[in-house]
Amino acid sequence: MRDVGSVGLDGVALKRALERSGRRRRMWSFLVVLPPLIFLLVAFVYPMGKVFTRGFYDSTVSEIIPETTALLSSWDVGEGLPSEEVYATLLRELVAAKKERTLGLLGTRLNFELSAALGVVKSTARRGAKMEAPYKESMIGLSERWGSLDIWVALKRVSENVSMKHFLASVDLEYDREGSIVLVPEEERVYVKILLRTLWMSLVVSFFTLLLGFPVAHLMATVKRKHANLLLILVLLPFWTSLLVRTTSWIVLLQRNGVVNDLLVWTGLLSDDQRLSMMFNMEGTLVAMVQILLPFAILPMYSVMRTIPPSYMKAARSLGASYGYAFLRVYVPCTIPGLAAGVLLVFILSTGYYITPALLGGDEGMMISNFIAFHMKKTLNWGFAAALACVVLLGVMVLYWLYDRLVGIEKLKLG
Amino acid sequence: MASGSYRTLSERMWGWIFLLFCGGVFLFLVMPLLVIVPLSFNAQPYFTFTSEMLRFDSEAFSFRWYEQFWLSDKWRSSLVNSFFIATVTAICASILGVLAALGLSRPEMPYRRLINAILISPLIVPIVVSAAGLFFFFAPLGLIGTFPGVIIAHTVLTLPFVVITVTATLVGFDKSLIRAGLMCGASPLRVFFQVTLPLILPGVLSGALFAFVISFDEVVVVLFVASVEQQTVPRQMWAGLREELSPIILAVATVLIGVSVVLLLMLEMLRRRSDRLRGVEET
Amino acid sequence: MLLMRRFLGVIFVLILGLSFGMTSAFSESLTVVSWGGSYTHSQEKAYHEPFTSETGIKVLSENYNGGLAEIKTQVETGTVTWDVVDVELSDALRGCDEGLLEPLDTLALPPAPDGTPASSDFMEEAITECAVGTIVWSTIYAYNEKSFPGAKPSTIADLFDTKKFPGKRGFRKGPKVTLEMALMADGVSPNQVYAVLSTEAGLKRAFAKLDSIRDDIVWWESGSQPPQLLADGEVAMSTAYNGRIFNAVVVEDQPFTIVWDGQIQDLDLWVIPRGGKNVEAAKRFVAFSTTTKALADQAKYIAYGPVRMSSIPQVGRHADSGVDMKPHMPTSPANTKNALFNDVFFWADFSEELNQRFASWLAK
Repeated sequence: MRDVGSVGLDGVALKRALERSGRRRRMWSFLVVLPPLIFLLVAFVYPMGKVFTRGFYDSTVSEIIPETTALLSSWDVGEGLPSEEVYATLLRELVAAKKERTLGLLGTRLNFELSAALGVVKSTARRGAKMEAPYKESMIGLSERWGSLDIWVALKRVSENVSMKHFLASVDLEYDREGSIVLVPEEERVYVKILLRTLWMSLVVSFFTLLLGFPVAHLMATVKRKHANLLLILVLLPFWTSLLVRTTSWIVLLQRNGVVNDLLVWTGLLSDDQRLSMMFNMEGTLVAMVQILLPFAILPMYSVMRTIPPSYMKAARSLGASYGYAFLRVYVPCTIPGLAAGVLLVFILSTGYYITPALLGGDEGMMISNFIAFHMKKTLNWGFAAALACVVLLGVMVLYWLYDRLVGIEKLKLG
Repeated sequence: MASGSYRTLSERMWGWIFLLFCGGVFLFLVMPLLVIVPLSFNAQPYFTFTSEMLRFDSEAFSFRWYEQFWLSDKWRSSLVNSFFIATVTAICASILGVLAALGLSRPEMPYRRLINAILISPLIVPIVVSAAGLFFFFAPLGLIGTFPGVIIAHTVLTLPFVVITVTATLVGFDKSLIRAGLMCGASPLRVFFQVTLPLILPGVLSGALFAFVISFDEVVVVLFVASVEQQTVPRQMWAGLREELSPIILAVATVLIGVSVVLLLMLEMLRRRSDRLRGVEET
Repeated sequence: MLLMRRFLGVIFVLILGLSFGMTSAFSESLTVVSWGGSYTHSQEKAYHEPFTSETGIKVLSENYNGGLAEIKTQVETGTVTWDVVDVELSDALRGCDEGLLEPLDTLALPPAPDGTPASSDFMEEAITECAVGTIVWSTIYAYNEKSFPGAKPSTIADLFDTKKFPGKRGFRKGPKVTLEMALMADGVSPNQVYAVLSTEAGLKRAFAKLDSIRDDIVWWESGSQPPQLLADGEVAMSTAYNGRIFNAVVVEDQPFTIVWDGQIQDLDLWVIPRGGKNVEAAKRFVAFSTTTKALADQAKYIAYGPVRMSSIPQVGRHADSGVDMKPHMPTSPANTKNALFNDVFFWADFSEELNQRFASWLAK
């Protein structure tokens, strides 16, 4: 054991000791962060990965009809109808599935691919036990659908564990019979429109929050601290109030018998039967979203503007610039970090809006989140919901990365 | 505005327009909330002002919706559930969030940027996507429709808010105090509980309040992972808004606004206290 | 170390609270899930309350908006908290096929008072492998008298005629019922509707009819919304469940009128999600609430027709207002002149495709 005092004399030992202590401190810091980090990795990042895998992986059907799946994997549509062996195997497995009560699972998935396939499968399974060989003929005799290639292509497709079909469907694409990627028929196209609409609505909301938020943030940054605190509370109050409460208040305001219409009728601007429909459309949704997201734009802008010394403007003015010129060329450039932070945050948050469009949006104001919820809750097509969610997630991740690059996440402040 | 003496007449006029505009924006921000409050005292089952109300007829106002809110088992039990879930969430999120903020505020923290990005991500990911992911994650674990499930989900969602708030209070935190404590021979744990924690406590409490409010108001994740036993106030409101638009909802909304005001004032007090503790001068 | 001890104390309380929260979930009660509003109210009066007073088992009501999502989630994750659910016929069949529901074919249902066995006393569709029916309900359209002081709408075609009867229209958001009504309004007779709808040309025809009033449609999702929309003046007429409109008129004195022309009938049935903790009690509840008397009793509170033949003569007067309920039943002969019965097999086969096309049409 060396004497403690001698460490200081030895340069190499000191360097090593410093290094060691530095490493230990880094390790300590890391250990402190570990519990929350592990928690989020397990309870958030992993579930997000799960959304991703759900989007392309589904083994339900291959587990219900394993032998048919194996036979179909080596079958190709170019060969024409499958052999008698495939028909016999499928029939046996359908009858077994009916007994196991899993036939419906198979049938619904098949129906997503091909309409009315569910009915065919069900009636076949019901009468399957009494059917006789050759099964190919008797099945086609029962329903001529068994004699068409479509149902076999659909069966092959749903029995594949890994498939990109949900991701394709979320941008209005599908596989055709030969397996090449094509656009879905025009009357079934939805999601590209909805994605574009979501982007458009988010852009409009970001633009208006910027337009309304910038002057307010500027005012707050330039008045006395005491007044600024009061104004800050006015901004924070809606921010702290439940989203649902604020959406409710917009329903109260915008209804046909709502406060705004009442006011218009009372002032004589409208007669009683001319009341405006301001709810259940895109405009109403946008107005409510702007109000709800406005604090998210104001707060980052305010925190940046607060740090801009008033002397900058004074200097510009004393050098002969007009107020407007000084404002545009000196003040505004200084606010860019806050501005970018606010606008990007609002944009990111509005792409994922769900509650407000669901309550106020009617059909015009539906955004992509509403469709994810619809497929999660109503059609039970979870694979497709997951694929849609992935598309949104991907978009948001790009924006998040951009935000980190331009603004830096550590600069995010909330009041 | 500080440069008033430099301004010409037209500039002053612009100033007035500017103030008027800002006033309008503030009205736009706050008015929707204010409208609800008087309407919740409506004696009639409508969502709008009756002519009697505008004449300030005392019979047009009543507490009946508040009474119904309080007497209804459904609303009361959902209030209890909401408080329980939000409290436990706030505690869990604060513990995890303080650890995260402490670690991230150390200059020697490795991979800071990446870790920060992960910790903040629940704030950024659209809530429906998070809810779907948590649903897929919880389903095989049997956590759907249980209190721990909802609490874990809410802890995930509120953690970024705690991290952000506590990190902000750690800025300007005098680290020599920790070193002083260590040099006096205290164990690191003791230093944490007797030096660091009391100093950052206001920040931690504001983070906890934040987590509480967000969990208390959250509805989407509750819709995906909770069942009737975890019925919360927002979920009950959601059902009400989509089904029977009864003015009880306005009464509940008013109560929630009141809760927000109280919490906001508490937060403001905490902020001042924290500024004082950290030696940031009051301007 | 005081702080440290306090800190540990908080964690202890937290764990205690958690376990308390979890155990409080288990108690001696049945969770019965239905569609909310005046409909759930009628069930509480006719089924839940008598059941509790006879058996001592508490019944908790929960609302939902139809569909199998929640049941599927609960059954597949093994966390079944719903004991009995009121579902539409199509969901009863699909849920049974997917193995989500407890088979009820062995359930002994009591015979009618005159001894007719349950199997012939119930309507044909009302007893299925996994479900027992309770009511016949109907989607009709109703209008607000205030909106039409002059000529009154009287046929299904008037619902789609915004020239003759201007004003917004409420429709349930979804292809089911909406497409059928569009075709009937376009002149297709009820017995031809599903045959026409199965063809591409027929589908185009239905959507074209919807296109003609598209800008005037307000969509609703839960059964309590149409009376609300009509009362608020948000729409001038709306499709609705007939019982909800009846209650708005009789109980809340709203000036609404039902148009029975082109009504579309459907059944509601009890099902029991598979793997619940109270299956035996749930079965008892189902048998109890589908007796001749219980079914007739429900019709005292809401204008839905009982599915047992023997209940129909027992249908009396409305509990609060004393209105004779018989003429307000969807099955009353005066109301069924131009009526359609919802074809569940058609919807089982085509719902995915039509949902998709409907969504696409909405997004246009």
